[in-house]
Amino acid sequence: MTTQALALPKEHYLNAGYGWRSWLLTTDHKRIGLLYLVSITLMFALGSFYAALVRWNLLVPDGSHMSAEAYNKAFTAHGVIMVFFFLIPSIPATLGNFLIPLMIGARDLAFPRINLLSWYIYVIGAALTLYALLAGGLDTGWTFYTPYSTVFAQSNVALAAVGIFITGFSSILTGLNFIVTIHTMRAPGMTWFRMPLFVWAHYATSLIQILGTPVVAITILLVALERLFHFGFFDPSRGGDPILFQHLFWFYSHPAVYIMILPSMGVISEVVTCFSRKRIFGYSFIAMSSLAIAVIGFLVWAHHMYVSGMAVYSALVFSALTYLVAVPSAIKTFNWTATLFRGSVQWDTPMIYVFCFIGLFLIGGLTGLFLGNLGIDVHVTDTYFVVAHFHYIMVGGAIMGYLGGLHFWWPKITGRMYVEGWGKLSSLLVFVGFNLTFFPQFVLGYLGMPRRYHVYPEEFQVLNVLSTAGATILGFGYVFPFSYLFHSMFRGEPAGDNPWGATGLEWTTTSPPPAHNFDTTPVVTEEAYDYSRPPKGAPVV
Amino acid sequence: MSEVAAGGPHEALQHHFADLEQQRTASSLGMWVFIAQEVLFFGGLFATYAVYRMQYPEAFSAGSHHLSWRVGFFNTLVLIGSSLTMAMGVYWAGLGKGRKVAGYLLATILLGSVFLGVKYFEYGEKIRPCLGGGTHAGCLLPGASFDPSVLHVTGATGDHAQIFFSLYFAMTGLHALHMIIGIPIIAVIARMAVRGRFSPEYYTPVELVGLYWHFVDIIWIFLFPLLYLIGAH
Repeated sequence: MTTQALALPKEHYLNAGYGWRSWLLTTDHKRIGLLYLVSITLMFALGSFYAALVRWNLLVPDGSHMSAEAYNKAFTAHGVIMVFFFLIPSIPATLGNFLIPLMIGARDLAFPRINLLSWYIYVIGAALTLYALLAGGLDTGWTFYTPYSTVFAQSNVALAAVGIFITGFSSILTGLNFIVTIHTMRAPGMTWFRMPLFVWAHYATSLIQILGTPVVAITILLVALERLFHFGFFDPSRGGDPILFQHLFWFYSHPAVYIMILPSMGVISEVVTCFSRKRIFGYSFIAMSSLAIAVIGFLVWAHHMYVSGMAVYSALVFSALTYLVAVPSAIKTFNWTATLFRGSVQWDTPMIYVFCFIGLFLIGGLTGLFLGNLGIDVHVTDTYFVVAHFHYIMVGGAIMGYLGGLHFWWPKITGRMYVEGWGKLSSLLVFVGFNLTFFPQFVLGYLGMPRRYHVYPEEFQVLNVLSTAGATILGFGYVFPFSYLFHSMFRGEPAGDNPWGATGLEWTTTSPPPAHNFDTTPVVTEEAYDYSRPPKGAPVV
Repeated sequence: MSEVAAGGPHEALQHHFADLEQQRTASSLGMWVFIAQEVLFFGGLFATYAVYRMQYPEAFSAGSHHLSWRVGFFNTLVLIGSSLTMAMGVYWAGLGKGRKVAGYLLATILLGSVFLGVKYFEYGEKIRPCLGGGTHAGCLLPGASFDPSVLHVTGATGDHAQIFFSLYFAMTGLHALHMIIGIPIIAVIARMAVRGRFSPEYYTPVELVGLYWHFVDIIWIFLFPLLYLIGAH
């Protein structure tokens, strides 16, 4: 096998049709995954640009680089784009779309046309929101807090709200498609407890998308109604309650964090077991902890509101429930670590991202406990401590998983290998750059620097300059994968069906897979991660 | 009626399903998941309603008292009637009687339109005084020209009544929007039924639009007492 040069299969989903119609009207889940990949990469680039503006302004303490208005619009655009248009769809809409049917041995998702529709809804919502952000801008922060957003803000609140409302349905339809697919489309022998953990993670994610997204959709619609027609839901001058908005908003927007992190955890579960060459430790605990996170995640929203005005006893209950989320998260982390124990660990690029994830998620998760604690939270609310914490989860967690997963399945998606050296170098840059950006922010926040201010006292400048320097390194860490992955699509070495020697049905078909995924419907006879013997199609070492 | 070629796949079977049974299960589960999503969508409004009704019982009572429960009751009967005709449509679809299916679906559309027509007059009565210049006496559309004098309340309670009517328009408006989306879909499926696209083996679209319509009705069954009846003394 190794002596024979590998070649791409003659027919696969990428050459099954040419021209823009074959892409824009496709119902193939693999092509739709790629449509999403292109769209969210554009949004990520734009969101990063706004992050760069924020960091550039914060190089100097006096805010002389930007006006306060421009700064407000920059951090709002960064938050809105990254949360709603990159992180929420990131792994589910790209890797999830591409892999779930392959992993469970199906020919497509249950509703291929709805899948395409969800992409169009995403594009329409994104276009409206981008128009709102670019033509005039939005200065409410991504949280749209009332009554600022409804009464005082002079920016494009209503239009941005409508754009986000529309995009929400793209997420709902993706979740709906995944749930139905996982329930009804599994291949013969693919029982629930033989499913890859990536699929379990997406099942849990989909539950949140289905049950959480509609609540923020209606909430954001009420904000738009209040601005356009002067409905008084959240206007205190007419008896409305702005804190009600916060409750409704966080009822979704806290679980939304788990929409971002759960799929990433699914990626980690796949990659850690493959590159340890060892059966995953505690399969069913990892599977069930995904569901536990989804369920408990719905019960903790008010920990964002400890200082907003809430009965102290409710705050105590929400604090206790917040601690509870740490349990399933810790179960996962311990199981991944136990999987490494006495495994034959290989340091390929995807695996480096796994190590990045575990370390950074650990810091992000533990600082989450600090913030779930009533006393500490009151001290650090709305400071850079919070900003650092959620970036450790959203970037350190979600994006490490996204990059790791993208590198892991890239040979399956394109049929070609990227250059490993570039992969390793970039992952190192991402890790160093990320920590240099956000660790100083923990210190800044603890010392009392508030978030969302465009000026700060001079004694904070050193740490802010470090953070901006880190962001620059992180930027290179993102640009490199973009270029070498793009390059490898055309010039990379053919990868073969199963370059990592991984288990899982997606590795039993060709790379890239044929349009119909499998020539014959696979029959599953064993558990998901049997690394006791070389998996089918594994390269002989 | 569709002819099934001996041994060949059913014409309605999509390529990625193994058989019609799997396809039907998937479609049906999909609709239930969609309805679960809808419950949470309306749930945000119901939660808002609960919070403000607890805070402002007087204003809610006054606002509700102003709504005509008779008109609301009439509309409730119309909508329950439309659910009945929809159920009959699904029943005949299971027996493969395409023309009867179409007839009952048309009856459903008709009753749905009656409901929306009544709603149009109810809205008009509240919005008309807000238009044009002058005093806007009796204007019940939330906003600058809102006038709670017809509710016989003053001061803060008048402001709070505005929240009641904000909820009234948001909840019934969203409900009506669901009907406006549902009616053309029912029309398309009725047309498919006339053309003999359904058979006892395959009538999933009729079943699904039925589920959707019943869901929209159930929402109204909650809206009617919450909005119209709490002020009836």
